[in-house]
Amino acid sequence: MKEVELNTTTINFGPQHPAAHGVLRLVVDLEGEVVQRAEPHIGLLHRGTEKLIEYKTYLQAVPYFDRLDYVSPMCQEHAFALATENLLGIDVPQRAKFIRVIFAEITRILNHLLNIPAYAADIGAVTPFLWCFEEREKLLEFHEAVSGARFHAAYFRPGGVHQDMPEGMEEKLFEHFKTLPKFIDDLESLLTNNRILRQRSVDIGIISKSEAIEWGCSGPVLRSAGVAWDLRRSQPYDAYDQVDFQVPVGKKGDCFDRYLVRIEEMRQSINIINQCLNQIKSGPVSVEDNKITPPKRNQMKKSMEALIHHFKLFTEGYRVPAGQVYTAVEAPKGEFGVYLVSDGSSKPYRCKIRAPGFAHLQTLDNLSKGHLMADIAAILGSLDIVFGEIDR
Amino acid sequence: MLKILNKITGINNVIENNNLLEIEFDKTNMLKIFNQLKDNADLNFNQLLDITAVDYPSREFRFDLVYILQSLTKNKKIILKTFIKENENIESITNIHKSADWYERECYDLFGIEFVNHPDLRRIMTDYNFEGFPLRKDFPLTGHTEVRYDDLEKKVIYEPVKLTQEFRNFDSESPWEGMENKLFGDEKSNDEN
Repeated sequence: MKEVELNTTTINFGPQHPAAHGVLRLVVDLEGEVVQRAEPHIGLLHRGTEKLIEYKTYLQAVPYFDRLDYVSPMCQEHAFALATENLLGIDVPQRAKFIRVIFAEITRILNHLLNIPAYAADIGAVTPFLWCFEEREKLLEFHEAVSGARFHAAYFRPGGVHQDMPEGMEEKLFEHFKTLPKFIDDLESLLTNNRILRQRSVDIGIISKSEAIEWGCSGPVLRSAGVAWDLRRSQPYDAYDQVDFQVPVGKKGDCFDRYLVRIEEMRQSINIINQCLNQIKSGPVSVEDNKITPPKRNQMKKSMEALIHHFKLFTEGYRVPAGQVYTAVEAPKGEFGVYLVSDGSSKPYRCKIRAPGFAHLQTLDNLSKGHLMADIAAILGSLDIVFGEIDR
Repeated sequence: MLKILNKITGINNVIENNNLLEIEFDKTNMLKIFNQLKDNADLNFNQLLDITAVDYPSREFRFDLVYILQSLTKNKKIILKTFIKENENIESITNIHKSADWYERECYDLFGIEFVNHPDLRRIMTDYNFEGFPLRKDFPLTGHTEVRYDDLEKKVIYEPVKLTQEFRNFDSESPWEGMENKLFGDEKSNDEN
């Protein structure tokens, strides 16, 4: 019998590692420095969100969505709000739709402004991190202005948004988004033609069109492979059918393409926000039905009926007709879906959260096979992994 | 599209709702159904988005098993549903959709549904050596064990959950709206009396 000498080394990567983007544990089989197998162990941030939501009213469930993908909170509230509205059979007012689109796009820019420099930092560039965090801080001030919180906003609620934008906010947004394209140009001047970034990302972690579809990829990962698929375009929700924008696609599906797609998406987001700011008109920001939207504070002090509604909404909550629905939004990371089952009571019977990162991380083994160990950091960074949503 | 779907054996109750189709299917020939949904050029549901379950402890067929597929070319999503009993196995679809791997593992982990012919059916979300299936309705929200770092043993230890206050699940639903149950004494208000 012939003896075969196996020369593989198994190493443990994470869960505490700066390039693991949170708490990812990877068991990697290496032959020399070449990856044979990379097996992710997830669940270290599992908090049982889906179980917790079953014990909360629909309104109380909203803040859990901020805490899933904590880098892009509002987009996830969006998916839950749309699912609940679908079951309730209500349509939100125009102004609320535009406000939601504006803030979903701000969230997208926020997300990409974290992912791009974090990816760059993984492969050696430190400056973009510092630059982008300054810019993120400015955008987070808009979050704070409308919701009172920088991250955990709980701003998109079933029936509309929590409150109207403060006075003068539209002009401020308009002014700010005049300056942002210049920042993106500056950021690109640091990265796009940077020799190190190109060496570390071109032809690394290639995913083909058919593989991307087969593995359930969505968002920038799917688009980088050349599939022009964007839920905002193909299944528009809220005011996305009233704005015009381009869907950037990549050619090869490597890490560099994913970076480029994200850069272009930020420019498109600015474009969408500007169009919304031009079209938005004053009006109500949530459905004017006190069975769903709580009455205003000053009404509550004067009217008995408003007081009763307020009390009932914050103890029992509203009842949602029995049924099932799956709604998905184009979150910055990909298709974020909520499968909601209602039994007619005021609490969801089941709320399954479809996180884009879960599907993306599953492809890691496939993407990293045959690459060097150091490329795993690049591939992880380009997939935009956040453990809040993967582990739920 | 509805016509083609209705022709596939084992599919019933097709409902169309904008971009979303809802279907119940028969699990005995499920592999055939998934193959047809994927390969038929007029359907082309080639992307598996999610697999999940819903627990109804009082029913004989305890679990709703739900598959969500998407067709990128036809711009449609489809919710496929089947019903299975507790301790009943179901065929894995990892040979048809690669992404089913982790979704089935998650479903096994949280609901205890076993998938036959799955290449690597292990727990995924919960802790190593975890016991029980958390998303079943009879699993308590607080869980059974808690962990803490023990300074004497110099390691993290598992202990049964200790609650300083008993778990309270308020039932705040009021009987006033949509009330159907008759109250005690209602029979006296009948016209006959």
